[in-house]
Amino acid sequence: MSQIALWGAVELGLVYAFVALGVYLAFRVLDFPDLTVDGTFPLGAAVTAVLIMAGANPWLAAAVAMLAGALAGLVTATLNVRFKILNLLASILTMIALFSVNLRVMGRPNVALLSVDTMLTPFYGHGLRDFMVRPMFLFVLAIVALVVVWRYLESDAGLAMRATGANARMARAQGINTDRQIYLGIALSNALVALGGALFAQTNGFADVTSGVGTIVVGLAAVIIGETLFGTRRILIALIGCVVGSILYRIAIQLALSSDSLGLQASDLNLVTAVLVTFALVLPRLKRGVLSS
Amino acid sequence: MIALDNIHVVFGRGTPLEKKALSGVSLTIKEGAFTTVIGSNGAGKSTLLGVLAGDVIPTEGSVRIGDADVTRLPTAARAGRVARVFQDPLAGSCGALSIEENLALAHKRGGRRGLKLALGHSRRKLFRERIAELDLGLENRMTDRMAMLSGGQRQAVSLVMAMMAGCDVLLLDEHTAALDPGMAEFVMKLTEKIVGAKKLTTLMVTHSMRQALDYGDRTIMLHGGEIVLDVEGNNRRNLDVEDLIDMFRRVRGQTLDDDELLIAE
Repeated sequence: MSQIALWGAVELGLVYAFVALGVYLAFRVLDFPDLTVDGTFPLGAAVTAVLIMAGANPWLAAAVAMLAGALAGLVTATLNVRFKILNLLASILTMIALFSVNLRVMGRPNVALLSVDTMLTPFYGHGLRDFMVRPMFLFVLAIVALVVVWRYLESDAGLAMRATGANARMARAQGINTDRQIYLGIALSNALVALGGALFAQTNGFADVTSGVGTIVVGLAAVIIGETLFGTRRILIALIGCVVGSILYRIAIQLALSSDSLGLQASDLNLVTAVLVTFALVLPRLKRGVLSS
Repeated sequence: MIALDNIHVVFGRGTPLEKKALSGVSLTIKEGAFTTVIGSNGAGKSTLLGVLAGDVIPTEGSVRIGDADVTRLPTAARAGRVARVFQDPLAGSCGALSIEENLALAHKRGGRRGLKLALGHSRRKLFRERIAELDLGLENRMTDRMAMLSGGQRQAVSLVMAMMAGCDVLLLDEHTAALDPGMAEFVMKLTEKIVGAKKLTTLMVTHSMRQALDYGDRTIMLHGGEIVLDVEGNNRRNLDVEDLIDMFRRVRGQTLDDDELLIAE
């Protein structure tokens, strides 16, 4: 694997680290299997691309993308909490609807971000190659997001969210409005995923309506790889696991696809993904098996 | 003080499975009184507790706790007034969270939860002290997950959790039923100590007639959704388990069945 390919894998891994943090909030903290993210990732990309092309500040464009993601999350949460639709199904409905919404937002299937300023523009040309600047920039942003999520989950309010996912009945008996926690958590989760989409558009220079396919699997893969390697006991460790897991996942994919001996090609990506996630899921069981035998 | 006025609860109203769980229950419990509740399965004990906790909204009637009418308030909205220990040791705490995190949750029961660290230095110290009073050695396991504890240990911690924030009433829902006899006695002694020290208004549902008479200062028996016995003072002191079983048999219609044996214990 070339050096550029490695930096590229790290870069993509860091973009999806935001997705992993969002997926962690929904799946692990709230125990809410939320597939909305397959729609919110391209939504974030679409909103940020359209706004930047219309002359908006790229940071503002990313903030609006997060807001759009949060709104999409609120739709899923409303379907589930208010209308009692099964959480998984509620999220699939929103995801499907978002496909059309994203086309409306962009007016066409994809938008190119060429010759416009992005969040990264000020950081280019200071002696570092562009392909190194991008992952460094994303790394700083990912750390900020990680610290914010960590600090929140360690607060009284965050503990209420964790209790809602762990034991809703107990949470209510402690005076926690569990419905409100689901609204808040799913909105927050999708805001993070949309931010990932916004950063994807700004680092890759385009937004595409099909870029959301499989977002949930990639996010889950990162979370599961992180859990397998780091464990789940402490919040901070689990969150670091999400970010590292996301990077490792991309490197593994890159390795598999660029290794000539395996004879894989780019179109095998989804198959490789499925095999990798399965492996990450089975690994802890295998480890236990080896230890006990 | 608790005041239930003419409470009716009907489940599945208008369907073939319609079930009257409570039919016109009126009950006033004085400030600081410890009342025990007995009755067979389906008598309405759990429903009664649910009406007080907010899990069950009555079809008819009103509920007052302390100085407020809470009839229509959902569980979370009245949690500041109601402390509770469940029958199932797994139900009253979060197994996935640590002992100290569970205490932090209970510390803010019914209060506003802001962005302050849930486990700051002073809170950790406070929680440790409270757990140390149990004398179970759990103060050295504060970061252990609750799921690692035995049922009895979890119930003991649940009692400490119930006392972390103030309350107008403590509800105990057969909270020793799932424990072995030794641990059940430990938890009951602890309950008596806490309730006595704080002069808490307490309602304890129990499956054991022995417990119902040994603890507290008033006993009510529910049957078919109505209060069929209500004793306190001298009348209660002169009662023994045999008398209770007799009364129970009379309201049940004489037949001795498994259910009766179960609660006679």
